[in-house]
Amino acid sequence: MAAGVAAWLPFARAAAIGWMPVANCPMPLAPTEKNKRQDELIILNVSGRRFQTWRTTLERYPDTLLGSTEKEFFFNEDTKEYFFDRDPEVFRCILNFYRTGKLHYPRYECISAYDEELAFYGILPEIIGDCCYEEYKDRKRENAERLMDDNDSENNQEGSMPSLNLRQTMWRAFENPHTSTLALVFYYVTGFFIAVSVITNVVETVPCGTVPGNKELPCGERYAVAFFCLDTACVMIFTVEYLMRLFAAPSRYRFMRSVMSIIDVVAIMPYYIGLVMTNNEDVSGAFVTLRVFRVFRIFKFSRHSQGLRILGYTLKSCASELGFLLFSLTMAIIIFATVMFYAEKGSSASKFTSIPASFWYTIVTMTTLGYGDMVPKTIAGKIFGSICSLSGVLVIALPVPVIVSNFSRIYHQNQRADKRRAQKKARLARIRVAKTGSSSAYLHSKRNGLLNAALELTGSSDDEQHISKSTSLIESQHHHLLHCLEKTTGLSYLVDDPLLSVRTSTIKNHEFIDEQLFEQNCMDNSMQNYPSTRSPSLSSNNGGSTSCCSRRNKTTTHLPNSKVPATRLQSMQELSTIHIQCSEQPSLTTSRSSLNMKSDDGLRPNCKTSHLTTAIISIPTPPALTPEGESRPPPSSPHPTMNISTTCSNVVKVSAL
Amino acid sequence: MNLEGLEMIAVLVVLVLFIKVLEQFGLFEPVSLEDSVEDEFELSTVCHRPEGLEQLQEQTKFSRKELQVLYRGFKNECPTGLVNEENFKQIYSQFFPQGDSGMYAAFLFNAFDTDHDGSISFEDFVAGLSVILRGTIDDRLSWAFNLYDLNKDGCITKEEMLDIMKSIYDMMGKYTYPAMREEAPREHVENFFQKMDRNKDGVVTIEEFIESCQKDENIMRSMQLFDNVI
Repeated sequence: MAAGVAAWLPFARAAAIGWMPVANCPMPLAPTEKNKRQDELIILNVSGRRFQTWRTTLERYPDTLLGSTEKEFFFNEDTKEYFFDRDPEVFRCILNFYRTGKLHYPRYECISAYDEELAFYGILPEIIGDCCYEEYKDRKRENAERLMDDNDSENNQEGSMPSLNLRQTMWRAFENPHTSTLALVFYYVTGFFIAVSVITNVVETVPCGTVPGNKELPCGERYAVAFFCLDTACVMIFTVEYLMRLFAAPSRYRFMRSVMSIIDVVAIMPYYIGLVMTNNEDVSGAFVTLRVFRVFRIFKFSRHSQGLRILGYTLKSCASELGFLLFSLTMAIIIFATVMFYAEKGSSASKFTSIPASFWYTIVTMTTLGYGDMVPKTIAGKIFGSICSLSGVLVIALPVPVIVSNFSRIYHQNQRADKRRAQKKARLARIRVAKTGSSSAYLHSKRNGLLNAALELTGSSDDEQHISKSTSLIESQHHHLLHCLEKTTGLSYLVDDPLLSVRTSTIKNHEFIDEQLFEQNCMDNSMQNYPSTRSPSLSSNNGGSTSCCSRRNKTTTHLPNSKVPATRLQSMQELSTIHIQCSEQPSLTTSRSSLNMKSDDGLRPNCKTSHLTTAIISIPTPPALTPEGESRPPPSSPHPTMNISTTCSNVVKVSAL
Repeated sequence: MNLEGLEMIAVLVVLVLFIKVLEQFGLFEPVSLEDSVEDEFELSTVCHRPEGLEQLQEQTKFSRKELQVLYRGFKNECPTGLVNEENFKQIYSQFFPQGDSGMYAAFLFNAFDTDHDGSISFEDFVAGLSVILRGTIDDRLSWAFNLYDLNKDGCITKEEMLDIMKSIYDMMGKYTYPAMREEAPREHVENFFQKMDRNKDGVVTIEEFIESCQKDENIMRSMQLFDNVI
């Protein structure tokens, strides 16, 4: 029962009054409405656009979202309306479905967006009305084709396919010549030989100068040996190629049945048959016929040309139109041939000797060739002849545009597929960049997290706000999740940047340590160049003691990195490090113990006011023998005697990775 | 002779083609035997607006809200405001998918179309509904009588009743249990007349009808079904 007619149900029930007096038995009880609600207006707020409708309108389809109690999940108590955070344009169509019972598909809408909306509201696409159903199905089919195309090309381009055996590599090489240089070479070589073979076939028959004896000989006979050698070479190549394809084919039976392989066989068969057959007179006629088949080699070019393949595919798909063309032409030919024969029967010396003989005239006239070898002489013949030529033009002109449009559609489809593939590469590259951006954001925030922890320890609270500047709640929760995963597995994330991925993932529980270890090592190297007043804390530190340690007291020069040898410096350049400078200079007893996390108390009094700087070291600065205090943003230690060992604020380096 | 015959034919063919071409260009209008109706569309779609809500409220026993609901449903199915018999049958048939409700719908149409102008307007519709759903038992019974009295002459004959009965049985369709017998409507009619026809004169008048119905408990009870339809 259509939804709109539900409104007439009271009428239908009332009309049952006609049955009552004639009924013999009592009527069943009528159903009572439990709570007879007055029909009320419902407000549906879809992304800000308000739609209003009667409740009963929505209840016409109780198995959809709006018609069932599922919509209560979207009820907003404050505004007393149902709020859906979806597309208001598509919602218009959906609401019209409830109102009129017909679901329409707007042409301007994207098919996948529309499908998603329908799925959300619980409406089956099959309900789409007849007026729009065809369009919907067409678009859906196009979309499916596109998806299949994308999947195919994805599968094709899935770079490193592990462990392909020889057969599979060969098959891949044959199907996609662009996968390896060898395949490309093979592709071009076969193409060249196909061309050579076809050209020799053609040139063979050209008369090539005279031989003493005044006889014009075709080139083929004059230089028989040369042509034979060429032919042999080509056939060798083709045979080898065919056998290799046969070997590499995943399904040999299917390969042997495919069109291209049949063409291959037909191309090389004549040669072998010719070898086998001797120059016997009776079979030489057949032999000549066989040589005609050599011209089929030209079809081998279709492996090399996509346009040819499209043409073939088009003709195949237009088979019905071609069939119709043929049929109508045959009909017309027979009719006109008969008429012309009888019209020209009377005239003397008429060429129209029989109806089949008139076929030739009809065909020539209908295709507007008009050779002129057969010409009607009587008036009737001329009249019918002219009608024949006019109708010929019409009959042939009709199916041709259909074929042309089919070809154009398929060709453009192919073009689009190629263009999409090309664009996809660029798109994927950009997506990859975005992905690395997000993972480096995670590492960024890890660093921030450490910073937070460090700041807590250093007892400064007012600088915490600086840290949590820009990470949203969702981001920070996400990062926390990733961090927990790292902790659970004991591994850590690598940023896909070779410069940063320095042996970080292998040490348990020490995500940040390696870098520090690394730095430490670097600093060790650099320490050689430094005055020995350097604190011994810079001696090598095995990473084990500083679990999750984010702080280090390094009374090092500002840029120890600058001391490191060039190669390492490269990697250092990319590091973003945060220097937490504690203003007051603690004692230099940065012993091993003090590096321990537990030793905060020792440190805390030292860093009352901490000054936070974020330094991204990007340029290798020349080794500065100047006290570090100068090269840094203003330290608060005003000690004039910039003794390295005494001036430096505590630099707590927390670096990403 | 053959040739001349063929020549004649050729010339005739050329002439016919020529005439056709002229016709296409509109230069030569042959006498058309019938008016080409296909080109003219029905430009005027009849549109009818019902009387105001207040008048309808006075005329019928429905409340304002009920009239609103009824009109909305009515207008949804018939945007022009008038229902013709075709439409009416089509709407009614949607409630009885299995059987053929055409005959009964036709009878209903005649009963609703009180002014017999071939179409039911909203006023007719609501008037009929008002009687059936809000009228007294006697009103309802006389409305039913009016439905049965096909030629509106004040009495129901056996033939009229047979038509009505057949139409009701038709609505059931072919697939029933037990299968419908041919003589079932006739028997039913006999039954009916036995009950209703007091003076055995072969017709049932309205007084006989109302009287007999008032005596029948079943009928009385079933009449009360219509109280809560809307």
